Amino acid sequence: MDVIGSQLVAGVSIGSVLLLVAIGLSLTFGQMGVINMAHGEFIMAGAYTAYVVQQILGDAGLSLLVALPVAFAVGGALGALLEQLLVRHMYHRPLDTLLATFGVSLVLQQLARDIFGAPAVDVRTPSWLQGNVEVLGTVVPWTRLFILGVVVVAVGGLALLLTTTALGRRIRAVVLNRQLAETSGISTRATDRLTFVIGSGLAGVAGVVLTLVGSTGPTLGTGYIVDAFLVVVAGGIGQIRGAVLAAFGLGLLQAFVELSTTASIAKFLILVIVVAFLQVRPQGLFTVRTRSLA
Amino acid sequence: MLHRNRRLIAVPLAVLTGTLALSSCGAKAGETTAGASGAQSCVDTSGDSVKVGFINSLSGTMAISETTVSESLKMAVDEINAAGGVMGKKLDVVAEDGASEPATFAEKAEKLVRQDCVAAVFGGWTSSSRKAMLPVFETNNSLLFYPVQYEGLESSPNIYYTGATTNQQIIPALDWLKEQGKSKIFLVGSDYVFPRTANKIINAYAKANGMTVVGEEYTPLGSTDFTTIANKVASSGADAVFNTLNGDSNVAFFRQYRSLGLSPETMPVVSVSIAEEEVSGVGVENLVGQYTAWDYYQTLDTPANTKFVADFKAAYGADRVTSDPMEAAYTSVYLWKAMVEKAGSFETDAVNEAADGVSFDAPEGTVVVDGDNNHITKTPRIGQVDSTGLINTVWSAPEPVEPDPYLKSYPWAAGIAG
Repeated sequence: MDVIGSQLVAGVSIGSVLLLVAIGLSLTFGQMGVINMAHGEFIMAGAYTAYVVQQILGDAGLSLLVALPVAFAVGGALGALLEQLLVRHMYHRPLDTLLATFGVSLVLQQLARDIFGAPAVDVRTPSWLQGNVEVLGTVVPWTRLFILGVVVVAVGGLALLLTTTALGRRIRAVVLNRQLAETSGISTRATDRLTFVIGSGLAGVAGVVLTLVGSTGPTLGTGYIVDAFLVVVAGGIGQIRGAVLAAFGLGLLQAFVELSTTASIAKFLILVIVVAFLQVRPQGLFTVRTRSLA
Repeated sequence: MLHRNRRLIAVPLAVLTGTLALSSCGAKAGETTAGASGAQSCVDTSGDSVKVGFINSLSGTMAISETTVSESLKMAVDEINAAGGVMGKKLDVVAEDGASEPATFAEKAEKLVRQDCVAAVFGGWTSSSRKAMLPVFETNNSLLFYPVQYEGLESSPNIYYTGATTNQQIIPALDWLKEQGKSKIFLVGSDYVFPRTANKIINAYAKANGMTVVGEEYTPLGSTDFTTIANKVASSGADAVFNTLNGDSNVAFFRQYRSLGLSPETMPVVSVSIAEEEVSGVGVENLVGQYTAWDYYQTLDTPANTKFVADFKAAYGADRVTSDPMEAAYTSVYLWKAMVEKAGSFETDAVNEAADGVSFDAPEGTVVVDGDNNHITKTPRIGQVDSTGLINTVWSAPEPVEPDPYLKSYPWAAGIAG
């Protein structure tokens, strides 16, 4: 087996998972600056949505496809609720938001435990995603290719939304200069709410896809939240392309460092590298130049 | 802005340091009082009931596993009470939540022993929780019954270990692999004390028995990305994998393993942390045909087990399963009862005096307490996961194995204990 090839594929595959969990956050944290610690629990809610849909429909393949939009709706609804009840009152107090949403994340975890029980639940993998295929002389599980596909669609869709639609223009206008956007007749309130809903919905989608990788339990989200923030911060806040580059960069780094060392050391080294990188470029890979004074 | 942030971060930090300082003072104060009052027990045995303590994580990450242990402990106590109690006294349970935090375990154990004055405490799961509680039981000279298989190399006069030590689980599993003609082993584990110690023993065993360890990989607890490790396993040329991964990581590992086309036929995986309770969470389809090493399975055909399984299902639901730690916990309550009755006293020293040779017809078979090291004899069994998620015995030691937590009877293990 060609080691370089297999680790390239492994890196892309790790990167696609990273990007998936970070993409929603790149909207809510990156674009809006809201530190939402409950983002991981939105991912968890998406995973449980996949479980519930599978329990209702039975067929693993059909239910996976149905669960994707349903989880987007579930994540979005949770996001709307959080935004309406909590986050909007704290838009200019990031530390309060951090603590309050952390509290929400604990509540959601316990809620999941009460509804579904503490043990992890089993979400079956559809038969057409079992097995593997040879890419670059290395064996790649179909599930990983599926994840990559979902990521490409999600990121592509988001990029199109931000660049070509009226809503996307409004979102970017609010990010660049809130006051000016408001005086131009944009309802920043409605834009904030929609942005948060879309970001949270993407977390739900990520949750569905993660059921293909690991276990579905109440603490599913906590395992990914740090990685998600890492990707968004390293990529440059407010930049989708930054998140894409950072996710795949970190994925490849993880794959190659882990190959020559161990998983624990790889995790550690990546944190060190990201911290060192942020010393040189505190703004991340890319920056948005804004006219606001903050 | 930056400076303001720094100051704000400093506040929780200061609070944290303050708490640490306080808690360390608290520990010292506790020690002095314990020293002053000596080993004077406050256990009240004058009434017609006597208090016992349960300490299990009912919240946090370990709650998944530990709630099942607290359920089977409760079942044992209910049975004993229905049959007249211990020495005619009903057992009164004080249950505490260890919350998956070693520090909480120590604090709650202290409360159970000193405030509630319980005669014995049952529970604990992770080694870190046990290590945190150990000084509490030693300074107060009270008893803990610990029901989970662990990494050995410990023997406290105040702890009874009713789960397997390494020579009752890991070494027999290696013997079995050797018997199957497997000579190249890949080790996969979570990065903490149990897998590290277990793998140290496996390496020493392999060296002495002509086996090769072709790879040894650890992942942080809770890690869910096994792409690289599965690639390493697949290309290592190993005949078998020895798996000491804990909890959720197993799901990700077995999924990745299976999707690379690896199977129990080509490269069997022997797991030491997956019991009946965990199978459904990992996914039966990912585990069918794979092997586990324990001393008890739900499918065991002993009269005591038939009753244990039926009673458990009657109490907690027909869809529930029983597992090795649950059985060891259930057994521990009966062993304590037998020791107390043999001693004719609830006093720790009297119980310890009586412990050696006390036996109980447990669901796993008859177990006997070894008074030298406070462990019990157990029969190691290799099981295979079937399509219903239960585990069937495919190999069993010919007779119960004496506990040897320091591996003194294995010449190749010299140096591990030191």
